[in-house]
Amino acid sequence: MSSSVLQIRDLRVTFSTQMGELRAVRGIDVDVVPGEILGVVGESGSGKSVSFLAAMGLLPKSATITGSVELDGVELIGAGRKAIRSVRGKSLAMVFQDPLSALNPVHRVGDQIVEMIQSHQDMNTHDAEKKAVELLEIVGIPQPDERALQYPHEFSGGMRQRVVIAMAIANNPKVLIADEPTTALDVTVQAQILEVIQRVQQTFGTAVVLITHDLGVIARVADSVNVMYAGRNVESGSVQSLFDHPSHPYTRGLLSSLPHEGIERLNPIAGFPPNMLAPPSGCGFAPRCQHATKACSAELPALAPFEDLLTSCIRADELRVGRRS
Amino acid sequence: MNTQSEALLSVRNLVKNFEMRANSGLRKTKRIVQAVADVSFDVKVGQTLGLVGESGSGKTTVGRSVLQLIQPTSGEVIFEGQDLTKLSFEQLREVRRQMQIVFQDPFASLDPKMTVGSSIAEPLVVQGVSGNHQEKVAELLDLVGLAADHAKRFPHEFSGGQRQRVGIARALALDPKLIVLDEPVSALDVSIQAGVVNLFSDLQKRLGMSYIFIAHDLSVVRHIADHVAVMYLGKIVELGEKNAVYRNPSHPYTKALLSAVPLPNPKVERSRHRIMLEGDVPSPVNPPTGCRFRTRCWKATDLCAAEEPQLIVRPTGQQSACHFPE
Ligand SMILES: Nc1ncnc2c1ncn2[C@@H]1O[C@H](COP(=O)(O)OP(=O)(O)OP(=O)(O)O)[C@@H](O)[C@H]1O
Ligand SMILES: Nc1ncnc2c1ncn2[C@@H]1O[C@H](COP(=O)(O)OP(=O)(O)OP(=O)(O)O)[C@@H](O)[C@H]1O
Ligand code: SF4
Ligand code: SF4
Ligand SMILES: [Mg+2]
Ligand SMILES: [Mg+2]
Repeated sequence: MSSSVLQIRDLRVTFSTQMGELRAVRGIDVDVVPGEILGVVGESGSGKSVSFLAAMGLLPKSATITGSVELDGVELIGAGRKAIRSVRGKSLAMVFQDPLSALNPVHRVGDQIVEMIQSHQDMNTHDAEKKAVELLEIVGIPQPDERALQYPHEFSGGMRQRVVIAMAIANNPKVLIADEPTTALDVTVQAQILEVIQRVQQTFGTAVVLITHDLGVIARVADSVNVMYAGRNVESGSVQSLFDHPSHPYTRGLLSSLPHEGIERLNPIAGFPPNMLAPPSGCGFAPRCQHATKACSAELPALAPFEDLLTSCIRADELRVGRRS
Repeated sequence: MNTQSEALLSVRNLVKNFEMRANSGLRKTKRIVQAVADVSFDVKVGQTLGLVGESGSGKTTVGRSVLQLIQPTSGEVIFEGQDLTKLSFEQLREVRRQMQIVFQDPFASLDPKMTVGSSIAEPLVVQGVSGNHQEKVAELLDLVGLAADHAKRFPHEFSGGQRQRVGIARALALDPKLIVLDEPVSALDVSIQAGVVNLFSDLQKRLGMSYIFIAHDLSVVRHIADHVAVMYLGKIVELGEKNAVYRNPSHPYTKALLSAVPLPNPKVERSRHRIMLEGDVPSPVNPPTGCRFRTRCWKATDLCAAEEPQLIVRPTGQQSACHFPE
């Protein structure tokens, strides 16, 4: 799709570790459409963070990255450090779970935003300060002109995350990647932060990649979804289709493992995710899949169109029958 | 569900203050954190009380006070008719066998250098229980859905869900009557959580123990609890039978909390009315006067600042502490 602002093709990330080669990401395609919120869900260790850290150029040297990541048609994989640095924090910005890791404890938050602006834009300090206060206001910080003069420790967890979002959007990025931005927050504060993210998306048309393990969060704010498992993208599509008629056995298992009113017993997925030092030869979900056959372990199933989704299950068609029972 | 059954545990007017000493410049200041401020509830035989509320509301402190792992500042913890706060150390040791705790982090709560079998048998050794420990360990492993030969392995050879099962086996070693489960599934993947939650239900059915289930996740609590207590800044603001609380929340905070929880259904999520609370939970060092929720409550009036609302039974059956309940 050429309409994507961020286009990832066959991205692979392997870490060399003392225990061997850890194949964290094993060939994923991602299309981030301008102005959309793309939700990324999946089991812990499925490669969600690593995929987007690779796109941001933030992985350690132990990582070998192949494939293509294009931001507005410009290739980032293999681009020089300088090129990456000019993109990171400008057209491509990232927000993490722990806001403190993104803030400098000894600088006033206003100054940190100013620095972020001036490192990418030619703006005088007076204007940048004004813009910093505006940004704090946009993310819902009361008395932004006074708060700009305070230090990170003077903010609550939720307020710090707002500051980090203000910094991330300071240079009007095309894509904002938010990796579990609300996981450490209380649910009432999470609701506020999700609203801020939606406001940013709607006001500036920023595309957002929202990484989360919470399907409720996806249901609330995402337009489309990528489901990851064992370093692969196993299913993707619009949020409505995916929740309404998931096709991949993992997606279906994930959705039906959630508690809901009136059920006596929950439905776990048996087993646990594979060790990525020695991933299964074929479908990564096969060891836990109740529908697995020999053919499933023969080769990695490709992500292919199925109904209105993209699904990587060789049996998706057969399994459609009785799906909604 | 037997709602008539007797209380295994009655907590009455529990208060726990922590003293914090801070060095601010030249002055040494002493501040009091009111972690739990006059909390009362019952846990019935064979039932589960869910304890929910935001970070810092005092859930863990309640759990630890119940087990006497920390000394309450005041109040009573009556377990099978005995007030634990009045027992000697020796007497407590006896009662402790009957009460266990399982923590959130399955990785931190097991000694990495001990085999899983020794970890599970440790409480038996500490309490000087006689008999064949190896056999008991095998039995416990079976009970939590692991294999007997897992006993020889070390924690790093287990997945998160398996480690949590080991923690549960260990908690079951002394046949406790009460287990405090402090965020026991929060660190696990959703697909794994479901199996551990089922395990808790199955064990309760088979062995008849009671649980205090502490969790952030309101949907999990709804699934597993019989009764629910909603905490805010050290107080229980709503307490009652689960369906009463979830279907007809009476306290504005409960209502806001339930409306903030994202549900895994895009149609519902996009159409439902959401109450947006402003700000964060205030500091427990200087809690608001009157109703502690008033700084974030959309219904607050002068009365709420002047007078602390008491827990009162509502028409839908639960108790709530609010001058203007829903
Ligand atoms: N710097 C690193 N060196 C070696 N292995 C790594 C490194 N970072 C991540 N990994 C491994 O890569 C795999 C994918 O990790 P990743 O952090 O992307 O998972 P995730 O899907 O974000 O999980 P979570 O939901 O727990 O955040 C995991 O097996 C992880 O242990
Ligand atoms: N040992 C301690 N010393 C000082 N303050 C403490 C101590 N333990 C807890 N507190 C404070 O008491 C309050 C209640 O803490 P508690 O851990 O019981 O909350 P919680 O509801 O379990 O929160 P969470 O959901 O984050 O686990 C908090 O303000 C906390 O900072
Ligand atoms: S390809 Fe086979 S193992 Fe993989 S999800 Fe489909 S049926 Fe299951
Ligand atoms: S007592 Fe007042 S402030 Fe407290 S919850 Fe009720 S209406 Fe709100
Ligand atoms: Mg991650
Ligand atoms: Mg706690």
